[in-house]
Amino acid sequence: MLVRRVRTWLPGLLLVAPSIVAIGVFVYGMLGWNFRLAMTDKHDEVSEGRFVGLENFIGLWDQPRWHLSVNHAIMFTVVFVLGALVLGWLLAFLMEKGIRGEATFRAVYLFPMAISFVATGIVWRWLMNSGMEERAVGLNRLFDAIGLPQWQWFRDPDWGMAAMAIPAIWQMSGYVMALFLAGFRGVPEELREAARVDGCTEWGVYRHVVLPLLRPVTLSALIILGHISLKVFDLIVAVSGKQIITDVPAVFMWVAVFDSHDPAKGATIASYIVLSVAIFVVPYLIWSVRKERRS
Amino acid sequence: MRRRMRSHWTAAAAVVMAGVLSLSACGGGGGQAAQPTQGGGDAKKQVEVFSWWTGPGEADGLQAMRKIFEERNPSYTFFDAAVAGGSGDKAKALLQSKLQADTPPDTFQGHAGAELQGYIKAGDLEELNFLYDELKLKDAFPAQLVDQISVQGKIYSVPVNIHRSNVLWFNPAVLKEAGVAGAPKTLEEFVAALEKVKAKGKVPLSIGSEWTVTHLMESVLLGSLGTDAYNALFKPGADWNSPQVTKALEQFKTIMSYAGDPQDDWQPAAKQVADGEAAFNVMGDWAYGYFHNPPEGGLGKKSKTDFDWAPAPGTEGTYLWLSDSFTLPKGAKNRDGAVAWLKVAASKEGQDAFNPKKGSIPARKDAEHSLYTDYLADALKDWSSNKLAGSIQHGVAVNQPWLASINEAVGLFIGTKDVAGLQKALADAAQANAQ
Repeated sequence: MLVRRVRTWLPGLLLVAPSIVAIGVFVYGMLGWNFRLAMTDKHDEVSEGRFVGLENFIGLWDQPRWHLSVNHAIMFTVVFVLGALVLGWLLAFLMEKGIRGEATFRAVYLFPMAISFVATGIVWRWLMNSGMEERAVGLNRLFDAIGLPQWQWFRDPDWGMAAMAIPAIWQMSGYVMALFLAGFRGVPEELREAARVDGCTEWGVYRHVVLPLLRPVTLSALIILGHISLKVFDLIVAVSGKQIITDVPAVFMWVAVFDSHDPAKGATIASYIVLSVAIFVVPYLIWSVRKERRS
Repeated sequence: MRRRMRSHWTAAAAVVMAGVLSLSACGGGGGQAAQPTQGGGDAKKQVEVFSWWTGPGEADGLQAMRKIFEERNPSYTFFDAAVAGGSGDKAKALLQSKLQADTPPDTFQGHAGAELQGYIKAGDLEELNFLYDELKLKDAFPAQLVDQISVQGKIYSVPVNIHRSNVLWFNPAVLKEAGVAGAPKTLEEFVAALEKVKAKGKVPLSIGSEWTVTHLMESVLLGSLGTDAYNALFKPGADWNSPQVTKALEQFKTIMSYAGDPQDDWQPAAKQVADGEAAFNVMGDWAYGYFHNPPEGGLGKKSKTDFDWAPAPGTEGTYLWLSDSFTLPKGAKNRDGAVAWLKVAASKEGQDAFNPKKGSIPARKDAEHSLYTDYLADALKDWSSNKLAGSIQHGVAVNQPWLASINEAVGLFIGTKDVAGLQKALADAAQANAQ
């Protein structure tokens, strides 16, 4: 009896055990180690580091650079998430309405996702060059040629981070389109028909039938984009390098660890990044677990 | 029966899979660590030389030195562990993880001076006084250089070249068009010249990414304060709050107000001068190679006609220097090989092979002068006669955390234009890091 029971669960356990151990050590173990480090005063590589509680977490808010990088991250997140959602939805909507050569367009729109953020960044660094008039290259040259005003792009002190979100939108909106398209196609034709029979206009069908059914898709898209956005690093570094004008927490963390040689400060920033992502993801996880239980 | 069989089969497969996974995990770790193999017996021993010289010019220089090394030391092979990337950003991050894991390369490149302080404090470096005594290097290098790279009488690196940071590059045609007679000698003349160029509608001063602004600031500080007051800023207890520093930073603010759109890095900024879009650029003398070299790696411009140079305004007679150097990490696998490499790097032959290709001058005083022409001849002449001051941005005057704070202060200043805030941040950085 026992042998049989062992036979049923042991192979499965053996199969997943390596991943469980690896995740336990390299994800949760390291997270714990990072939080512990953030609560010490190990401000250079050689000192021991005594426990100081939340001192680093509070002290960070005294630094002008931290405020700047948090503001940048918020602006980037708002523009990127909204931009990718709206554009992705719009593309999916057009596909849904039926266009010729849909498969080709789908591939074209989805294609940027296959490119790494670093490659995207290197191309957009050139496209968003801040040169003006005859010195312009990239998009500014194009704008000059067709008489549009030229921009400083990501070097603009106020709106630079909004420009920085453009390559990210370019990269991710195709993916959002794919999500929404799957959502649209998942709405049964009978439901739409039923609504039309009840006297709904075409707009009303979307308003009252399709969009409510897309809510879970929107939510997952929001989570995926949100967590990418809050920890963004590679795109920023590829476009502008480690410059204050485009500082975000992840870049600040790199500088704290590798330039300032301050492990505790780096760990503190890393902790804040993890916490900010958790604020996005944890409610979603709770919600989806509850929903599964209910159904 | 069949079901039994199948569950047997899945069980066996699962066990095998788990085994393979754990095996490959170990194998991957062991196989990926690209460490030089331990040469047993008569096999040649590898010397792992870690640098960030992968670009045109610098990599050629390294090759030239490698040739001499291999001729002199037939029992060693050279293992090039170079990591690509500008001023060594990525290399330094990788190096740090190697040092922390106690798997240092046999020797690594670093900027001579305070940049090495962190490694010294962490006990990563062996002192090299024995080598300096054996090779009589204290006589070969200028006394002031030896003094500026010593930490409490101990020296931890062998400088292989010297670069100059306080160079004003300019386009003679643009200056002529704007009615500027020649390179400005003082900061006041500089501002007047910038104003004249601005009136002609050209970019008065080209700048690159934020570090090039820190680079500009060090030349302005030196030009405004003078050599002795500048050098004193990096001694413990230095007064960064003095009115002299305030004045220097005000001048820096004025000069920055003439800066053009920031370019991606120093090369596009220098190119603006070469192309006649901008009049002036302050950059280290590595820009000479970029201006002068044939189009594969440079712009192929003619010196003195397409571009020209002078000491940064107010800094004539002072060589704001920086130096690439090699170190001897503690616990290196092949210490003897590393020492053999350091001997080549310190030698007249090694430095004369490396520097003309890299576009820098040797740190040794007895170099072969005929090898250095055009700009480099000028530099060599100045190097032997000028006073010395250490570069901030390039790791001589300040250590890495201090430099990170200065770069942060300058980066914030570009946004705020707030001189008082900049000065306070600089003073705080000095307070926290001077030693």
